[in-house]
Amino acid sequence: MSTAAEILVPGKAGEGEALVLTAPISFWGGVDPKTGRIADVRHPQHGEIIAGRVLFLPGTIGSSSASAVLMELVHNGRPPAGLVLHEPDAILLLGLIVAREMGWETPMAVRLGRETFETYGGRVRIAEDGALAVSGE
Amino acid sequence: MSLSLSPQEQAIAAKQDGAGMAMRIVAESARLLGAPRLIPIASTHIDGALYHGDSGTLFAEKLVEGGAKVVVRSTLNVGALDLMGCSRIRLEEPQRGMARRMMEAYRKLGCEQSWTCAPYQAGHRPALGSDVAWGESNAVVFCNSVLGARTNRYGDFLDIACAITGRAPDYGLHRPDNRRARLVFDVSGLSPSFLASEIAWPVLGSLYGREVGNAIGVVTGVTAHPGEDALKAFGAAAASSGAVGLFHIAGMTPEAPDAEAILAGPEPEAVIRVTSDMVAKTRAGLSTAAATKTIDAVAIGSPHLSNAEFDSLERLIAGRRLSVPIYACTGRHALALLERDGRRKRLEASGVFIVADTCVVVTPIMPELGNGVLMTNSGKFAHYAPGNTGYAVLYGSLADCVESAVLGKPVFTDIAA
Repeated sequence: MSTAAEILVPGKAGEGEALVLTAPISFWGGVDPKTGRIADVRHPQHGEIIAGRVLFLPGTIGSSSASAVLMELVHNGRPPAGLVLHEPDAILLLGLIVAREMGWETPMAVRLGRETFETYGGRVRIAEDGALAVSGE
Repeated sequence: MSLSLSPQEQAIAAKQDGAGMAMRIVAESARLLGAPRLIPIASTHIDGALYHGDSGTLFAEKLVEGGAKVVVRSTLNVGALDLMGCSRIRLEEPQRGMARRMMEAYRKLGCEQSWTCAPYQAGHRPALGSDVAWGESNAVVFCNSVLGARTNRYGDFLDIACAITGRAPDYGLHRPDNRRARLVFDVSGLSPSFLASEIAWPVLGSLYGREVGNAIGVVTGVTAHPGEDALKAFGAAAASSGAVGLFHIAGMTPEAPDAEAILAGPEPEAVIRVTSDMVAKTRAGLSTAAATKTIDAVAIGSPHLSNAEFDSLERLIAGRRLSVPIYACTGRHALALLERDGRRKRLEASGVFIVADTCVVVTPIMPELGNGVLMTNSGKFAHYAPGNTGYAVLYGSLADCVESAVLGKPVFTDIAA
């Protein structure tokens, strides 16, 4: 089964293990731009790696440098396989918009209702039209 | 609603130069946010010149190569290097060279070499009601809340793109209706002596940010103006623990002569009645170090210290020699006054490390310790130091920070809320 989702920022279709964050995160100071590891010791998913994952984000907080961290992850080849947000994030998604202007390959960001986030686990695929599917289904 | 660009904006966006790239970034963001048009802006404050990796340097240099220049007043937030030469930055090559190239690129784009997260204390104070595009979470919240100028929380790269185009997406806090408060954050249950204490504002800011998230609230129950440095600390802490871009304080901030005047409806959607218990929990939550007998350093100045804050620091040290260093982060605007009558030398002789143009959580300055403990009076440092420096944090007032630095062990004065 696949679920249609609105594309917020176009990019490459992707597939990876779902990582559903249970609290909003500040990318700057919260995610290591070199490795994609969640460095914020107060975050419930502290220690998880976002690189290569389909990242479900319940919102971002804190620094306005989130965009820089996400673009650096793209440039380092350590971005998430896809980003799923319940609303457009003006700061974070700039990282993808600017990376596209630089001519770098970026993952896709799509919009989905927050209440559905918990239903995702295992491997998730984001298709070229933004539709989400759990692999193997 | 779809975005409509003027013929002039469309013509710029179609170009392959730096201005074209900047216009496309502004327009793409506007589309993402559902803004119907772009609006002219009076100034920008740019957070994008801090080195997080090579990608940001390459972006800034691409703008320079494309002949881009800022068209409005644009101040710069901190960089990764101390260009004033006050402190030694441990950033190694090749990162050091890339950080310097980045700072240089932003200079070439026409930005002012302010290098501070407190531009509003360095002479950049946009007028009440004017539209601006500011980045850096504490600068944004101060600009909106204390100055009453209108900005959204501009992320890295969009800030410089707005500066080059002189345009910003028309949405969010640029619109007066969106600046109204929906929540009340009532501190009238706290003691006046606590509200007058230095730790009240960073602690309340941290609580406020976590309680309201990205909603707009009005703080009620404040009877005496806490002063600009306290509002600076409140906003910085609130913008670290939440996505706060604007707060109001009834009777104190310019858009809230009283709570009724700024509330969106006849009744608030929620009232948060702050109790002394909530304050105690928040205060405890700002520390991550378990019971510890020693500290390794004190860091202050997030946001950058004002001259008034340096006065307090000097008064509290009172010429004593510190056992552990106090890293005092500030901008070059404050440095000038500090140099004047030998005050900087006196502070440094006591064991204070002055850090200018940058700060200890954005670039490696403090020694790398496996299990270091850092004490701070900044809600923002308390929030970011563990992730960015590896130090565990103890939170306390400036007076406690200084006493602890003198003794080399944590000292806390109890201030009941």
